[in-house]
Amino acid sequence: MSIVHEIELEAQSAVAPVQGRSQWQLTWRRLRGDRVSMVALVVIVIMVVLAIAAPVFAALTGHPPNVAYPVTGENAAGNPVGPFTNGFILGTDSTGRDLLVRILYGARVSLFVGVVTTFIATALGVAIGLMAGYFGGIADTVLARFTDAVLAFAYVVLAIALAVVYGPSLTIIMLVITFFSWAGIARIVRGQTLSIKEKEYIEAARSLGAGPFRIMFFDILPNLLAPVLVVGTLYIPQAVVFEATLSFLGLGVQPPTASWGNMLADASNFYQVAWWYVVFPAAALLITTLAFNLLGDGIRDAMDPRTERLLAARRLRRKNRKKRKTGVAGTGPNPDFPDPVHVGQIP
Amino acid sequence: MAADDVLVRVENVVKYFPVKAGGLFRHTVGHVHAVDDVSLVIERGKTLGLVGETGSGKSTLARCVAGLLPVTSGRVTFDGRDITKLSRGAMRPLRREVQMIFQDPYSSLNPRRRVGSIIGDPFAIHKIATGSERKRRVQELMERVGLNPEHYNRFPSEFSGGQRQRIGVARALALRPKLIICDEPVSALDVSIQAQVLNLLSDLQKDFGLSYLFIAHDLEVVRHVSDRVAVMYLGRVGEAGPKDALYNRPRHPYTVALLSAAPAADPDTAAARQRVILTGDVPSPIDPPAGCRFHPRCPKAQPLCATEEPRLVPDMAAEPAADGDGDSGAATAGTAGENVHLTACHFPVAAGENLAAAASREFA
Amino acid sequence: MAIVGYLVRRILTGIVVVWLVATAAFFLFFARPVETVARLLAGHAATPQVITEVITNLGLNQPILTQYWRFVDGLLHGNLGYSYYSQESVNTILKQDLPPTVSLVIGGTILWLIAGLSVGIISATRARSLFDRASNVAVLIGLSMPVFVIGELLILVVFLPLNEHGITWIDTGYSGPTSGLGSFFGHMVLPWITLASVQAAVYTRLSRGQLLDTLGEDYIRTARAKGLSERRVIFRHAVRAALTPVVSQLGVDVGQLLGGVFVVEIVFGLGGIGQATVQAVDQDNLPVIIGFVIIAAVFVVVANIIVDLLYAALDPRVRIT
Repeated sequence: MSIVHEIELEAQSAVAPVQGRSQWQLTWRRLRGDRVSMVALVVIVIMVVLAIAAPVFAALTGHPPNVAYPVTGENAAGNPVGPFTNGFILGTDSTGRDLLVRILYGARVSLFVGVVTTFIATALGVAIGLMAGYFGGIADTVLARFTDAVLAFAYVVLAIALAVVYGPSLTIIMLVITFFSWAGIARIVRGQTLSIKEKEYIEAARSLGAGPFRIMFFDILPNLLAPVLVVGTLYIPQAVVFEATLSFLGLGVQPPTASWGNMLADASNFYQVAWWYVVFPAAALLITTLAFNLLGDGIRDAMDPRTERLLAARRLRRKNRKKRKTGVAGTGPNPDFPDPVHVGQIP
Repeated sequence: MAADDVLVRVENVVKYFPVKAGGLFRHTVGHVHAVDDVSLVIERGKTLGLVGETGSGKSTLARCVAGLLPVTSGRVTFDGRDITKLSRGAMRPLRREVQMIFQDPYSSLNPRRRVGSIIGDPFAIHKIATGSERKRRVQELMERVGLNPEHYNRFPSEFSGGQRQRIGVARALALRPKLIICDEPVSALDVSIQAQVLNLLSDLQKDFGLSYLFIAHDLEVVRHVSDRVAVMYLGRVGEAGPKDALYNRPRHPYTVALLSAAPAADPDTAAARQRVILTGDVPSPIDPPAGCRFHPRCPKAQPLCATEEPRLVPDMAAEPAADGDGDSGAATAGTAGENVHLTACHFPVAAGENLAAAASREFA
Repeated sequence: MAIVGYLVRRILTGIVVVWLVATAAFFLFFARPVETVARLLAGHAATPQVITEVITNLGLNQPILTQYWRFVDGLLHGNLGYSYYSQESVNTILKQDLPPTVSLVIGGTILWLIAGLSVGIISATRARSLFDRASNVAVLIGLSMPVFVIGELLILVVFLPLNEHGITWIDTGYSGPTSGLGSFFGHMVLPWITLASVQAAVYTRLSRGQLLDTLGEDYIRTARAKGLSERRVIFRHAVRAALTPVVSQLGVDVGQLLGGVFVVEIVFGLGGIGQATVQAVDQDNLPVIIGFVIIAAVFVVVANIIVDLLYAALDPRVRIT
């Protein structure tokens, strides 16, 4: 960088706002520009609201989740009734319960398990990975072996073992999911910590007299939050799938408590007579996990500085196309320079 | 020279790094001899330049002096206190007196923290100032090193390389240290920016009475800032002396070769100069050569060089009776005072000797 | 000869691992009060005398170490014990149920690797093409779907309509290869697709990302500059380097695969080990469950040895010692 340039920068910064933009502000700004991520976010918010409001729906329809309606909810052959029949918006299940209300109650279980287990697993994984990466040595070796063992362990085996000993329950599956999630996060955090540890600013902190915990929490952790946020977002749908699978196998949430997994297990007996019993819970599950996956991908892209260039290129293309369409030449911004509004964003 | 003038005394410092091999049961198979029996003195208010190639051990030595690495053996005394055996807690007060400026202005600043928080870190760690008091002092520092104090809330990524190095200087200055160790502080910067940072460093030295241990591989930069210069090769000091003596009358063949390899600005000078081209590579520091470490590449090497290790001594013929303290046998670089020129060579290069000719003779 | 020594060592550690897992399972399961088990077996209406009798018959009243010794002794002789219910040997039960499970695992794994890697490689070499975009969408959906949902949807939209129109080649249940290869494939094709789909999505994403990174390396540019054909650049230089991290992921996914096997067996009624185990869990049939745990441990150990050998074959830097 030339002196001239530096002086220029100095002059610019004299008038520019003094508040620097944090990485989070930049990420949010980029994320807001990504339509897919925004749709995914809206879907997630709606799902959460619906899950919280499940009792309201139960009250509105007058169908509590665990009450069967053998008269209105089943047809003459004793099979479930279809959507929009007798006041059942999405139809009924095998015992004549309101499918919509049960799907909403299932959402409560899924989202609760997904968010809580991911949160615990992330906290555990970050703490353990950070310590192992920073201190190294024997602790690190033990952790690496243990992590490998956990990752190679068949989750079904543990789920079965615990279900046999303590009986299947929500607590057990949350334990199993957490147990199989933290190791992956710890591994990522450990790897990142190892590379950050070699940076000169860590040595600078040590030369200032900072202790290991201050360095871990003030210097390393802020650099880890981005990858951890991405991984965390992507672990939520995994945990949701995990819960559904275990409940499907009968190792998780037990009927009559509604869970998407146990509903779909029951639905498998009614393929031919009640397609809605399979399709609606499956759709609820898919929409939820897909939304989290899309949002996680979006956040990852938004955190990647390379994305800014891609977005700028896309903006430029769009602008050029518009220009060509309107046929006005020379009035648009110089394509070599992105419009000034965005200049400051590039870190 | 009074003992008061000495801020740091490095005595026979040795630093080995174990080399490990094997999977589960790792065992040490050798040592990297990063720093091997080095003695130096840094005087109050003065700058000691440390020159050497990559891997010569100069950065390791700097970290030993800063107390960031434990020494394998030897002593480092700071202000009369031995700092090599201090616990982490006992080290803390010392951290306020020795600070470092790092080579890479990009990796030495945490990209996720605001500048104010980076420069204010020393205050936070040592619980010196909080809240608005901390902010005031940070902004004072920013102004002192030539940064706009209003950029307090910006991130390092919003600054240029030169500005970032100023941030590093401000951080090092925060605790008003006595010694600042500059580990190649300008080698990552553009030449035009280098001068600005060097001038800032020398202004600060005057204003605050700082001592510098200045590490670089650029000979001209070291000449510009240093009072004394020490040349390191493979973990040892080959030659040390006052800047002018060392640059004008180098005595160690390695120093001669280094100086002849430096680019000269004047094309006539460059054309007139005869370059000493060294043969071979720097030997492995895991298994350094016996005798003089430089002998496998030295154009003047004799059988004696391979067997007996030369001591770092003043040239008695040229400078008889250096200081008269009668300790010249165990002289350490700089102990004998400002104007003593020490060389560790059995056959030092005499004034006017043509080393380039000797080197090319060997080629023929 | 290094490889023989390596294999021997890996197999010995593998045996230790299996023994540890078996022991852990044994003590975990048998730490429960024996009355619960006995009451379950004897029925709710059983008198205390009947329960005592059941306990004595099953040997549950003996000291736990004696029981453990009997268990280990059986293991050493390849005997996994006897079912609580049918008094049938667990070996026989598992042996009966092994063919569907093995067919499922082998076929599913082949399909998963072929689909995952080839789609990943094509996507990476044609980044941002229509194919790449479509495969990205498919991958995301695959990642978001639990295995059993894919299975149920396949039954709903493929099997049922075909069946209604009289096409009965594709079927649920299991039919061994000995009773006609055609019918074997017909019964297995949907389970294979189901088992492979989720894992294929993971591997498509992984191999695409790795290959894209590799294709950006300097040595790939050098290879192109040397005038090599694009095919040679991709297959001789890039794919090999890009696949090593993918293979190391394989070892991790073996455990995941087992979960998928369970689900697929239940969805398609294949009647394999997974289905037998889930049934055993329902019935608290401990010997069968422990038998399954041991088989699973053996499976994971063996699969990891294979993966490590594969890894060493792909990455010249990894030496087997």
